[in-house]
Amino acid sequence: MVQLNAQEVADRLQAKFGNKIRHVEEPHGFLTITVAREAVKDIIQWLYDEPTLEFRFLTNCNGMHFPDGTEKFGMVYHLHSLTNNFRLRLKTFTNEDPPVFPSLTPIFKAANWMERETYDFFGFKFTGHPDLRRILNMDNLEGWPLRKEFPLEDPFRKDKDDAMFGR
Amino acid sequence: MVEISKAPDGFEGPGFLATRLDKAVGLARANSLWPLPFATSCCGIEFMATMGAHYDFARFGSERLSFSPRQADLLMVMGTIAKKMGPVLRQVYEQMAEPRWVLSVGACASSGGIFDTYSVLQGIDRIIPVDVYVPGCPPRPEQILDGVMKIQELVENESLRRRDSEEYKALMASYGMQ
Amino acid sequence: MNADSPAEKEYNTLNLGPTHPATHGIFQNVLKMDGEVIVSSEPTIGYIHRAFEKLAERRPFYQVTPITDRLNYCSSPINNMGWHMTVEKLIGAKLPKRVEYLRVIVMELARISDHIVCNAVIGVDSGALTGFVYMFQEREKIYEIYEEICGARLTTNIGRIGGFERDFTAQAWGKLEKFLAEFPRVLKEFENLLNRNRIFMDRTIGTGPITAENALNYSFTGPNLRAAGVDYDVRVMTPYSSYEDFDFVIPVGTSGDTFDRYMVRQEEMWQSISIIKQAIEKLGKLDDQTSFHADVPEFYLPPKEDVYNTMEGLIWHFKIVMGETDVPKGEVYHCVEGGNGELGFYLVSDGGRTPYRLAFRRPCFIYYQAYAEMIKGSMLSDAILTMSSMNVIAGELDA
Repeated sequence: MVQLNAQEVADRLQAKFGNKIRHVEEPHGFLTITVAREAVKDIIQWLYDEPTLEFRFLTNCNGMHFPDGTEKFGMVYHLHSLTNNFRLRLKTFTNEDPPVFPSLTPIFKAANWMERETYDFFGFKFTGHPDLRRILNMDNLEGWPLRKEFPLEDPFRKDKDDAMFGR
Repeated sequence: MVEISKAPDGFEGPGFLATRLDKAVGLARANSLWPLPFATSCCGIEFMATMGAHYDFARFGSERLSFSPRQADLLMVMGTIAKKMGPVLRQVYEQMAEPRWVLSVGACASSGGIFDTYSVLQGIDRIIPVDVYVPGCPPRPEQILDGVMKIQELVENESLRRRDSEEYKALMASYGMQ
Repeated sequence: MNADSPAEKEYNTLNLGPTHPATHGIFQNVLKMDGEVIVSSEPTIGYIHRAFEKLAERRPFYQVTPITDRLNYCSSPINNMGWHMTVEKLIGAKLPKRVEYLRVIVMELARISDHIVCNAVIGVDSGALTGFVYMFQEREKIYEIYEEICGARLTTNIGRIGGFERDFTAQAWGKLEKFLAEFPRVLKEFENLLNRNRIFMDRTIGTGPITAENALNYSFTGPNLRAAGVDYDVRVMTPYSSYEDFDFVIPVGTSGDTFDRYMVRQEEMWQSISIIKQAIEKLGKLDDQTSFHADVPEFYLPPKEDVYNTMEGLIWHFKIVMGETDVPKGEVYHCVEGGNGELGFYLVSDGGRTPYRLAFRRPCFIYYQAYAEMIKGSMLSDAILTMSSMNVIAGELDA
């Protein structure tokens, strides 16, 4: 087990990928690196293969929507190197609509359903995904539920009295 | 002397009791309800606790749970029904043979519960007729048993002709079922 | 020899539908069968999708706790405490040791309660109903302990940001001691019924195996991963709530089949009993014998005597529940070892009353993907056993 520290990981990434690394920070002690979208798959593949880093466990990946931000749609990947016991968060953003990200399914089989869930919630497209379709919501649902503009409550209800709910 | 169930009124003699047909049928039906546990979430775990030795659901005559709709009398819907699950629930209800009763256990089944969202059906009575609602999140096993006892009351006092009556037919028509 | 190719096999399609006695929770598998053997399967989930992540964006922190209850509802306290710890990380709260040890006790009870359900149900699915009835009686005792602490049985909504709502009462300690005295005997009885039972072993050994590398690639965590041979336990890798002070063993299997998963959970229950006993002993040795919460007035609901009798108490209570206190901006990821593995909370706060984004890392959702691969080529009854041994809880699967 190699004792990794955040500075070292960040330095090695910068050395290898240069200007594809957009931003490095450590909120609450968790190394968080924002990278360019076109390089995210290569970066994750390199982190997977590199002998002393070995980020071979994909903890989670989920989407983000910032309607008021400069870059509206983001993906967040949480990686874990079990051999070194080090966690890393990678973020990548885009402004395209529908947003397109590379699929991680060739590297991690776990990414299959995680990306389907992100597609279901946000409408992100993942190039190279074997079976991108809705997973949790009904197939005929229109719209992307977790985007900020989608309403939480069922818009077709007729029995709720708006006056009682303060609307 | 243990009283298992209250005997209906009738004319008693040595070794026989003469009573009305619907009372006898009601007594038999009420004490041998075979439930179909349609357990979807947390209320299902409370139902498992009700089935356990502490609360013992079997003493109400429901020793045999039936997962086949054709052999079940009581559809116990326990847990949240999402809109995706709605058609499945309706199909199961339609496949049940008459006479059938529905017990809606928990806040989610009765009205959507705390999940006032786009994906949750706000109460199963939007798609199937319900006889007894048991509120709670999740209801204690005692509450579930209370609900079952209310169903037993309904079953005992039901008229034998109810399922052919105009009122019942209108109820089914309002749900779009024959 | 007749060199004709064999006639095209016609496969049977069987719908292991959403409502099925043996699927614990509602998920569907459309199976293609060659007689009794499964050739391929197509899972469909989402039948209980309740939009937790969207709901959480609308609710202040305390109102999110009841939602977390309903993730893995067999072990709600772990979810509640994981969420509270996430918020504590965001606000930078430090908890007294006593609170952390008390939390450990409740979390280990929840773990025992979750494993009881899973193992008893593996028994039921292989035809052994007696174990279920014996073990559920013990769950009633755990429920009574929860009731003494927080008032609820199943969906506990236990604790506060910063600790507990009240100290453990004398009755709670009494019930806990009684449970620790009686449970080992019942667990041993359950083991005697199943562990070395010829029929059970024949049904479960070799059923639904998965290799360690495949499991890691599928991001398995928890007992399912440990049964495959990888000793990854969040309590040891990223200790939280003072777990580093405790001395326990991580049971690990070899082949990742149903029997290994069952045995790993059995052994974890024994380890949990040992951890609870250690916690009680450590609690006795602490100098601080009274605190049950950290000092975070902006987030800890005031005690009820103050709420009902003082103006400040009432106002603070209202402000905190409605989310009108100042919340720091930031993003934090916290994970706990749930009954099924690494339960993670990724919280992004923009300083508003409610989380900007709350993503739940749900272990069931992630490892259920591998199910189709695990049952390929096995028989239908073995597929059922594999599913129940993976402990898929529908609430956590669909969220």
